[in-house]
Amino acid sequence: MSNGVLVIFDQNQGQVRHVVPEILTVARELGVGAVTALTFGVRASETLETLGEYGAAQAVIWEHEPFTRYSSDGFADAIVELVPQVDPSVILFPASAWGKDLSPRVAELLGAGLVTDCLSLRTDANQRVIATRPIYAGKALAEVAVETPIQMFSMRPNINKAISHPVKPQVLDWTPSIGENSFRSVVVEVRQAESGTKEVTEADIVVSGGRGLKAPENFALLDQLAEVLGAAVGSSRPVADDGWVPHSYHIGQTGKVVSPTVYFAIGISGAIQHLAGISGSKYIVAINSDPEAPIFKVANYGVVGDLFQVVPALTEEIRKIKANS
Amino acid sequence: MKVLVLMKQVPDTETRIKIRPDAQGIVEDGIKWVINPYDEFAIEEALRIREKFSGEVVIVSLGPKRVEEAVRQSLAMGADRAVIVESEQMLEPYLVVQALAKVVQDEGYDLILTGKQAVDDDSAQVGPMLAARLELPQASIVIKLDIDEGAKKLRVERELEGATEVVELPFPAVITAQRGLNEPRYPTLPNIMKAKKKEVKRIPLASLNLNLPPRVRLIQLTPPPERPEPTVLTGDSAETAKKLAELLHEQAKVI
Ligand SMILES: Cc1cc2nc3c(=O)[nH]c(=O)nc-3n(C[C@H](O)[C@H](O)[C@H](O)COP(=O)(O)OP(=O)(O)OC[C@H]3O[C@@H](n4cnc5c(N)ncnc54)[C@H](O)[C@@H]3O)c2cc1C
Ligand SMILES: Nc1ncnc2c1ncn2[C@@H]1O[C@H](COP(=O)(O)O)[C@@H](O)[C@H]1O
Repeated sequence: MSNGVLVIFDQNQGQVRHVVPEILTVARELGVGAVTALTFGVRASETLETLGEYGAAQAVIWEHEPFTRYSSDGFADAIVELVPQVDPSVILFPASAWGKDLSPRVAELLGAGLVTDCLSLRTDANQRVIATRPIYAGKALAEVAVETPIQMFSMRPNINKAISHPVKPQVLDWTPSIGENSFRSVVVEVRQAESGTKEVTEADIVVSGGRGLKAPENFALLDQLAEVLGAAVGSSRPVADDGWVPHSYHIGQTGKVVSPTVYFAIGISGAIQHLAGISGSKYIVAINSDPEAPIFKVANYGVVGDLFQVVPALTEEIRKIKANS
Repeated sequence: MKVLVLMKQVPDTETRIKIRPDAQGIVEDGIKWVINPYDEFAIEEALRIREKFSGEVVIVSLGPKRVEEAVRQSLAMGADRAVIVESEQMLEPYLVVQALAKVVQDEGYDLILTGKQAVDDDSAQVGPMLAARLELPQASIVIKLDIDEGAKKLRVERELEGATEVVELPFPAVITAQRGLNEPRYPTLPNIMKAKKKEVKRIPLASLNLNLPPRVRLIQLTPPPERPEPTVLTGDSAETAKKLAELLHEQAKVI
């Protein structure tokens, strides 16, 4: 009978995203058998150490051509060929842009049910997986199970803790054949965002600004606060729409969904579409001059005040605390 | 060029969600229904492609009677005609794909556009899954779409976390639209009038003879966990800033 978990993810020059150790931990804690990790691309074998640290008993690494450039159809076909070799009962993906592109394609080719963007997984008495995922932009949670023999899930980043469990992974040396009608959709270029900008979906602390900042140059106040905190900077939608900040900052229902430990909403009113993107935050801190702003209804800590005075003062206070600890 | 756009009707993003007593769905009374926001980008892009390469834009939607309204709005934006697969029930993405695959195969197409995700189930599955079902190449979460002069090849940009990816793929293909792709137009009054007369074909779901077992089972819906009572600080800025920093350091222990 099938058992074990196959974890499939992307890597960049030997580096994996935070979500990879998180998913490997989720995979191991399911207790449905050994964890196999599959990754691709240039220098993929350099991820082996991380995979071992987080308990992957087996690793499959495709570093060679044509796996050096992502192709949704090419990779999906190759995975479908690999699956019988590993024979897993569960397949996990990150719910990143990459995982969201690939996992539904693989699910359809395998005839497997897929549940996307899961917050957590657990097993029932029959060793079947039950997933919890947000729907309606987090306004409700759904508990779901997959009815097919292979159960597929993608996991939202930054929710599950990565717990080290060192093993020495066996490398499974198995190469898929490449069909003629495969690798039709191919990545021809990847442009990395400016170095130094932290990715909001992975950050532990996010400092976010809205229209209350009044002008684009005032985002410098948030950059300074973010710097002392080691945080990423985000924004509400209107300020990204108006070009005050890049589109990649936009958080909410139609933007990025973040789940940091601390989310600072500064000069953000807390519209329902914005809240949809931040409900997974452990702590929400609101700084707003309007005591009636809806953001205070979801905040753990709120400051009613002028952000132009509060934010520089807060930056200084935090700098002092950091210096003393 | 013949472009099909899959359009789902969803609750307006302002909607407050109330879970039904049986925990198997939401209370639909009083909901304002709209075109899924990401599908608006898909429709707009299809219209721009038609403006450049001529051809036809066909809207395909699966859902209950009420979807007619969103379909008419899509036609008012400028789509040529529509096909509605009538289904009283909301189906999981896999079943939507099996139903719509049959319909689009009968229709024929050069390009299929969908939204990146539907803002009700938030699945983000239908586009790539349909591509696999139809054995087509795909690119999802697309923020820029270019077609070469000879209309032989697509070159698109995808939004990743911290990067932009450029992908090339041949026709026919499935593309899923992300915010940033374009600015959707508003229907003009003359177009709203014209839309009333445009052809809408109706296909009962049962006539597609699917009878497939679902792959995913909903156990229950629950409300999200309540957030705790806030600690709100007011008064002098310097003092509140200091107090906030202390609370974050000593109480929450997050800095
Ligand atoms: C389909 C749809 C999807 C949407 N998706 C998103 C989304 O994904 N993300 C998103 O953010 N929005 C989204 N919106 C927009 C959303 O409805 C709100 O319009 C938006 O979030 C408001 O942004 P804001 O809070 O920056 O601005 P405002 O609502 O204008 O709020 C500014 C706040 O700043 C405060 N302020 C002003 N001056 C100061 C000062 N000196 N000090 C302190 N506080 C000050 C004000 O009191 C106010 O609360 C969407 C809307 C629609 C219709
Ligand atoms: N019932 C439906 N009718 C038409 N299109 C749909 C339907 N469900 C999903 N889609 C399309 O698939 C996209 C992704 O939906 P989903 O996978 O449900 O998040 C949507 O943006 C639509 O373009």
